Amino acid sequence: MHQPIHELTDAFRRGDLTPTAVAEDYLARIGALDGKVGAYLTVVREQALAAARESELRWRAGAPRGPLDGAPVALKDVLCTAGVRTTCGSKMLERFVPPYDATTVERLRAAGAVILGKTNMDEFAMGSSTEHSAFHPTRNPWDLARVPGGSSGGSAAAVAAGLAAGAYGSDTGGSIRQPAAFCGVVGLKPTYGRVSRYGLVALASSLDQIGPFAQDVTDTALLLGAVAGHDRRDATSIQAPVPDYAAELSKGVAGLTLGLPDEYFIDGMDPDVERAVRQAIEVLKGLGARIERVSLPTTQHSLAAYYVILPAEASSNLARYDGVRYGLRVAGRDFIEMQSRTRAAGFGAEVKRRIMLGTYALSAGYYEAYYGKAQSVRTLVRREFAAAFARVDLIVAPTTPNVAFKHGEKEDPLSMYLNDVFTIPGNLSGIPGVSVPCGFNSSGLPIGLQVLGRPLDEARVLRAAYAYEQATTWRSRRPDLS
Amino acid sequence: MTSYETVIGLEVHAQLSTRSKMFCGCPTTFGARPNTQTCPVCLGMPGVLPVVNRRAVEFGIRTALAFGCRVNDACRFARKHYYYPDMPKNYQISQYEEPLAEDGSLEIDVEGGARAIGIQRLHLEEDVGKLLHEGTLETAQASLVDFNRSGVPLMETVSRPELSSPEEAAAYLRAFRAVLIFLGVCDGNMEEGSLRCDANISLRLRGSGKLGTKVEIKNLNSFRNVQRALEFEERRQAQALDAGERLVQETRLWDADRGYTRSMRSKEFAHDYRYFPEPDLVPLQIDRRWVAEIRAKLPELPRAWRQRAVAQYGLPPYDAEVLTQSRALVDYYEAALREWWPASGASGERPKVLSNWIMSELLRVLPGDDEGAIRSSPIPPGHLVGLLRLIENATISGKIAKDVFQKMFVSGQDARTIVERDGLTQVADEGALVQVIDSVMAANPKAIEDFRRGKKEAKGALVGQVMKATRGKANPALVNRLLEDKLSQT
Repeated sequence: MHQPIHELTDAFRRGDLTPTAVAEDYLARIGALDGKVGAYLTVVREQALAAARESELRWRAGAPRGPLDGAPVALKDVLCTAGVRTTCGSKMLERFVPPYDATTVERLRAAGAVILGKTNMDEFAMGSSTEHSAFHPTRNPWDLARVPGGSSGGSAAAVAAGLAAGAYGSDTGGSIRQPAAFCGVVGLKPTYGRVSRYGLVALASSLDQIGPFAQDVTDTALLLGAVAGHDRRDATSIQAPVPDYAAELSKGVAGLTLGLPDEYFIDGMDPDVERAVRQAIEVLKGLGARIERVSLPTTQHSLAAYYVILPAEASSNLARYDGVRYGLRVAGRDFIEMQSRTRAAGFGAEVKRRIMLGTYALSAGYYEAYYGKAQSVRTLVRREFAAAFARVDLIVAPTTPNVAFKHGEKEDPLSMYLNDVFTIPGNLSGIPGVSVPCGFNSSGLPIGLQVLGRPLDEARVLRAAYAYEQATTWRSRRPDLS
Repeated sequence: MTSYETVIGLEVHAQLSTRSKMFCGCPTTFGARPNTQTCPVCLGMPGVLPVVNRRAVEFGIRTALAFGCRVNDACRFARKHYYYPDMPKNYQISQYEEPLAEDGSLEIDVEGGARAIGIQRLHLEEDVGKLLHEGTLETAQASLVDFNRSGVPLMETVSRPELSSPEEAAAYLRAFRAVLIFLGVCDGNMEEGSLRCDANISLRLRGSGKLGTKVEIKNLNSFRNVQRALEFEERRQAQALDAGERLVQETRLWDADRGYTRSMRSKEFAHDYRYFPEPDLVPLQIDRRWVAEIRAKLPELPRAWRQRAVAQYGLPPYDAEVLTQSRALVDYYEAALREWWPASGASGERPKVLSNWIMSELLRVLPGDDEGAIRSSPIPPGHLVGLLRLIENATISGKIAKDVFQKMFVSGQDARTIVERDGLTQVADEGALVQVIDSVMAANPKAIEDFRRGKKEAKGALVGQVMKATRGKANPALVNRLLEDKLSQT
C-alpha cells in the first residue's frame, strides 16, 4: 500500500483497495514505526478513519471528489486545524487548539483527503534540521542518526518513511525543498501567492509559502492543484487560474532551455552532490533540453539579506504570543512580568535569537541600514532571476550543498543557515522551485535536484521534474526501517 | 504670558461608521456584549491575515476630498509595534510613510473671520480592544479585555501646527466633527469614543520663527476637555518658561477630573514603534476613476451650507452653526423649509421661525441631535410645518402651539388633528370676544380705573383675564384691538 496517491486512487477506482483499508494501514505503520522516526506530533486516528469511511462511500457510489479523495496526508503543525492542536513545534502553543481551518486544510477536506495528523517541525519553522522542535527531534528515515532537514522535517520524513502518502509543509527559505532533498522525496515551493497563507502560522509573511511533499512528481502536481488558487482571505494570494498541473506533466523537456547558474556550484560543497546534479543535467540534456550557463551574482548576498528580512518579520509576527489570549501563560505580578515570563518560557533559543535580531534590525536608526538594505538586495535578486528567465525557461541547480547531516553536527547557527544558501533566493524572489531526488551519495543518503521557474510557471517546473523522474529509477529505492 | 505665542496641532482619530471592521467581516456595533463581535482575525489568532475593507478606504477618500487633500495613487499599510494587552497582535496595522492622503485644509471660523488650518495627512488604521480594570488601573487585581472594538476602522487626521489658541483648537475640532458627520463617515459621538483627539502644544516667543518644545496631550475626549487641557498646558508652559525652566518633549495625560495634565513618558522613553511595511497586504492602488466618482457624490459641507443659509434664508450665523452640528438636522430643516417656504413671495420670517422652533423646541425634546434621533423624530418636518401654518393663519396662538407641539411629540399625530380634537382653535369671532371682554371689564373696575389714570400695564392684566376666560384660545391681537376700542370709548 506504500505507493503514490495516484496509484492508490486508481486502486480505489478499480475496487482493489479502499480508503479505509489504506488509512488503517497508514495508522498502523505510524503506530509501529513513528517511534523511530518521530515524524508526528499529533495523530488524529478517529478523524482520519471517519474521513476515510466517508471517502469510501463516495468511491463506492462512483462519485469521488477528485484525485485526492481518500488520500492519507499529513500536515506540518504550522497549518491551523479546527479542533486539533497546532503547536508550531513550540511550548508556546503546546495546547493551542485553533478555532478555524487554514484555507489549505479547508480545501483538502473539500477534496476528500484523509488527514492523518500533524507533523514535527523546527519551532515556528525556524531551522533546517527539525532539531529545534520543542518536543522531540525527527530522524531521517535513511539514517536515523541524521536529521531529516527542516523546518518541515516531519512532513518530509513521514512521506519518505511511508507514514503518509503525501504531506504539506511551508517553505520560507527552503523548508520544503531542503528536507525533501535530505529525505529523498519530491518537495515543491510554489510561487509566492499561489497558495493561500490564511491559517499558516506566519514566520516571515513575505517569504512563507505552503507546498506539498510527495513520493513522485505526479502526486506533487495533484497535491498542488488541490490547494492552489486565489483566496479572498489572503490579500497576497494571486488571482490567476490554476492549470491542470498533472495534465501537462508528460510534455517533456525537448526544446526547453535550462539555465545552470555558476553561483550554485560553490567551493566546499559535497562533491557527491555536485556529481549527482551534473549527471542529472546530462540526463535532461539527453531528453532534449538545451543547457545554458547563467549568472546570478547576488546569490552571495541572499543569505545576509534573508537573515535580516526573516528575523524582522518574525519578530513582528511572534509579538502576539504574550499569554493574554491563547497559548502558554506563566503568571507574573503584572502584565509586563507575565508577558516576559511567558515569552521566556515559551520560546526556544533559536526563536529568541531571531526575535532579538529582528527587533534590532527594525529599530529606529537601523531600519534603513538593515531592513532597507536587505529589501534592495531582494530587488536585485528578483531582477537577476527575471533577466535569467528572459533567456532560459528554467533554472536547474542543487537543492542543498550537502546531504543530511548528523544530529547535533551543526551547533553553530551560521553553519546551519548556510544549508539554505541555494533555496533562499527562490523565496526572496518569490519564484517556484521543486526538489526532486537525483541520486544518493556513497553512504546511501539522498540528493536533490532543484528546478526553479518563472513566477506561476509551476507547470513547467513540474514538467521538467517529471521528465527527469521518469528517465531515472531513484524513486524505486525506499529506506529500510525494519 | 502675553509674550508667548501658542502653537497647537491636533491629531484626530475618527471611528469610521462602516458596518464591518477594517480587516475582517465582524460587525462594528457599539455596546454589544464583550467579545461577541470577534473572529480569529481581530483576535490576532496565529495564522490569520488582514483583508482591507474597501468601504473604509472609500470613507477615507471621501473625507480626504472634503478637506481638499491629495489622494495618493498608492498607499501602504505598515505595522506599528508596541506591547499592550488590548492589542491582539501587539502591533497595529496603520499607515506610516505612505498615507492615503496628504495636504489639505479645514476652514474654521474664528474671531475676525475665517482661517484655513492645514491638514498634513490622513491615514487609515485599526482600533484596539478595550481594557476593563477591576478597580483602578493601579490597584486592580485583574483586568479584562473586550475585543469588540479591536479592528474597528479608524481614520487619523493630523493637522499642521497652525492653531494659535485653545479656542481655535476647539473650533477646529467642532468644524472637523461637523464635516465628518455631513460626509456620513463617522457618527461623531465623543462620549462613545467615535472621535478622539490628541493635541501637540508648544509655546514660543512672539515673533520667533522657531517652534518651541512640544508636548503631546492624550485623552481629550470632549470639546470642553480639549480646550481646558490646552488652556492648562498653555499656562503651565508659560509659567515654566517665565521661571527660566527648560521644557522637555514629552507625552502628558489629561486628567479631566482633577483638571491638570501629568507626564506619561518623556522623549527618552518614547516608544520605538519599529514601523515596517505590512507584508500581509499589498500596496493599495487607488483608481482615479473611483476617486472621481466619490468626488462627484460629495455632499454640501457644513460651512458651505451655513454660508448659503445666511445668504439665502437670512438665518443668523448662530442658528446655522447649531443646525450644522448634525447632517440629519440640516436635512430636517431643509425638508421643512421646502414645504413651507416656496422660494417665491413668502414671508422672510419663515426660515428664522423654523430654526427657532427646531432649536428651542425640537432639540429640547429629542434625545439627541444625531442621525438616529432626528430620523426617528415623532414630529416629522411636515408635521412641524403644519403646526407653524396654524400659528401663521391665526388658528392657534403661539402659546397654544407649544402645548400642541408637546402633544404631537407624544402621540405622533399632526397639529390639525390635535387642535380640532381638543377644540383649541383660536376664538376670532368678534361678537363672542366682545361679550367676554364686557364681562371681564365689568368684573375688573379697578383695572379700568388704573388704566385711565395712565397705568398702561393694567391693559395687560385685562388681556390676561380674557385669555384665561377663553382658555387661551382667543386671538391675542384681536383681543388687544377690541380692548383698546372699549377702553378708549368709555
